[in-house]
Amino acid sequence: MNSASNWQAFRAVMRRDLMVVMRRRSDILNPLLFILMVVSLFPLAVGPGPDILGRIAAGVIWVAALLSALLGSERLFRDDFLDGSLEQLTLLPQPLALLAAAKVVVHWLLSGLPLVILAPLCALLLKLPLQAWPTLVATLVVGTPILSAVTAIGAALTVSLGRGGALLSLLLLPLFIPLLIFASGAVEASLVGTAAWPQVLLLGGLSLLTLLLAPFAVAAAIRVSVN
Amino acid sequence: MSTLLTVKQLVSQRAGRTLFADLSFDLQRGDVLHIEGVNGAGKSTLLRALVGLVQLQAGDIRYFPESALPTDANDWRQQVLFLGHKPGVKAELTALENVSLQAQLSGVESIEPWQLLATVGLLGLEDLPAGQLSAGQQRRIALTRLWYSQAPLWILDEPFTALDTDGIELLQQRFAEHTAAGGAIILTSHQPLTWQPTRLQRLRITGGDE
Amino acid sequence: MWRWLHPYAKPETVYHLLGRWLPWVAGTATLMLAAGMVWGLAFAPADYQQGDSYRIIFVHVPTAMLSMSLYVGLALSALIGRVWQLKMADWALSAIAPVGLTFTFISLVTGAIWGKPMWGTWWEWDARLTSQLILLFLYIGVLALYHAFSDNRSGAKAAGILAMVGVINIPIIRYSVEWWNTLHQGSTLTVFERPPMANSMLVPLLVSILGFSLLAASLIFQRMRNEILRQELRRPWVKQELAELATQQPAMKEQS
Repeated sequence: MNSASNWQAFRAVMRRDLMVVMRRRSDILNPLLFILMVVSLFPLAVGPGPDILGRIAAGVIWVAALLSALLGSERLFRDDFLDGSLEQLTLLPQPLALLAAAKVVVHWLLSGLPLVILAPLCALLLKLPLQAWPTLVATLVVGTPILSAVTAIGAALTVSLGRGGALLSLLLLPLFIPLLIFASGAVEASLVGTAAWPQVLLLGGLSLLTLLLAPFAVAAAIRVSVN
Repeated sequence: MSTLLTVKQLVSQRAGRTLFADLSFDLQRGDVLHIEGVNGAGKSTLLRALVGLVQLQAGDIRYFPESALPTDANDWRQQVLFLGHKPGVKAELTALENVSLQAQLSGVESIEPWQLLATVGLLGLEDLPAGQLSAGQQRRIALTRLWYSQAPLWILDEPFTALDTDGIELLQQRFAEHTAAGGAIILTSHQPLTWQPTRLQRLRITGGDE
Repeated sequence: MWRWLHPYAKPETVYHLLGRWLPWVAGTATLMLAAGMVWGLAFAPADYQQGDSYRIIFVHVPTAMLSMSLYVGLALSALIGRVWQLKMADWALSAIAPVGLTFTFISLVTGAIWGKPMWGTWWEWDARLTSQLILLFLYIGVLALYHAFSDNRSGAKAAGILAMVGVINIPIIRYSVEWWNTLHQGSTLTVFERPPMANSMLVPLLVSILGFSLLAASLIFQRMRNEILRQELRRPWVKQELAELATQQPAMKEQS
């Protein structure tokens, strides 16, 4: 296959997914509202004092991000599986990993990117000191692609099972632990005034590695699921 | 170069039951292969195995066995069109959008979506989300692929499902054009064909009742 | 040219091969385990710092080591199953995973028990214990996915993909947990990283490690044999095998 047709198929998958999601905007909004609500529950639960909130802010935002990624993960492949589009994708001459990558990109655009935009509001609600805001946003920028890519692996593995929800969290949450540790570690570093860039760079590296390898795992998982 | 597909000694077992064993056939240009069998006999399994969606226990499937060059996986995928049970139509998108996006995914640029919709009798419904259309109308959207596909071999699982008599008639006309132009078709169907292909093979799968 | 599907290794051969090895492996495992346990628990000298409580390492260290290597073995067999389309490798997954899960669990429990006299608490967020806990989660994920599929073949393939993803993640998880641990705890009790052990402790430890490895092997062999029988239930050779078993054991014949 030549690269022109690969690129064309990549764009066609992206365009279709974007159009479908644009028809169901609540799918984008609901996970974001979920994050906002989780974030606003914490001050109610642990008290609104700035010391404690500021210290746990990054952790809370990241845990909320993980949970919302799981929440929205079903839509990645479920409808495509049910209406037969997924099966048609596996039959295209283009590499399936490439088409899977297109779906991951769309998922990130509609769930990761809004999260990055929403981050300052969450930071404000949780009274995260201003000096840590850039680091928080930076970790979200480089970390959310990992969320989308790894979520796609889990979603593809469980798409044929019909009752993916709890199982999906069982599979995916352990894999997110390094992401959680480095991201909240980076914010903490900038809170105590040490350099946060080593962790952010590390996350960036992990992100690249994940984006490189995950599409192949997603493709393999799709082939198992449509069987 | 007239043989499109050679299948040798396919064996399929599911849950310890043999669906079919030692299944072999050849398909030439212009052939229509009608696969018959009761529900659960393994017709869909066979079709899905032909395009690699299902792996069988044993057997050999070769596309273009006479071509000198080894045909790699991506090569034959361009030459085969498979339509399964599920139409692959997005419920959120309109008929028109579905048709254009399908064509783009198939790598076909120059189609006339309006004309295609007119051909399959969906004109006037092009702006409705496909989810609001009937099963037969969704099926017609999926079937528009048959009017621009370049693939010589069509593998169709129950293509007449949910179609009315007009739809079935239309589809069979298209089949006739395709085989006349040197294409071949493998299909499953519960209804007998009302059209008489010039070269019809029948294959009956018994589904383990050896 | 497109694809040749034929089994490279015959299940029947593997079944009989494992059956021949099993008594030897299991026998040696019993001997080694007995020797290692008696030696370690009764005859090895007490530790000058930890007294007798260190003796739990004769269970803890072997199970912890094996829990890790079994996961790698799991991922390797999944890789072999994918690359060479070997269905036997897929079956191995369901033979290995529960053994690995059990060993991980034992190492976690013994680690916690050891923590009580050392740290004064049953659970400490120590780097090793935390990594081990995450490994337990990974095992649970693989097994949960395997059992979620009604079709064993798809289940094994899906769980195999997950195991391969997990094995790439394990070094990253270990590293991140180590880093997190140094970040949050200034002083770590280096119970697990001790100065070189005296030979009088090391030798029984090595014997136990060997014993536990052989135990794992014999458990996996037996599970693999069961899995082969289950998968090949309708094949003539299995029916013949069962018939022979029935003649050897009259009790079984009466039942059937």
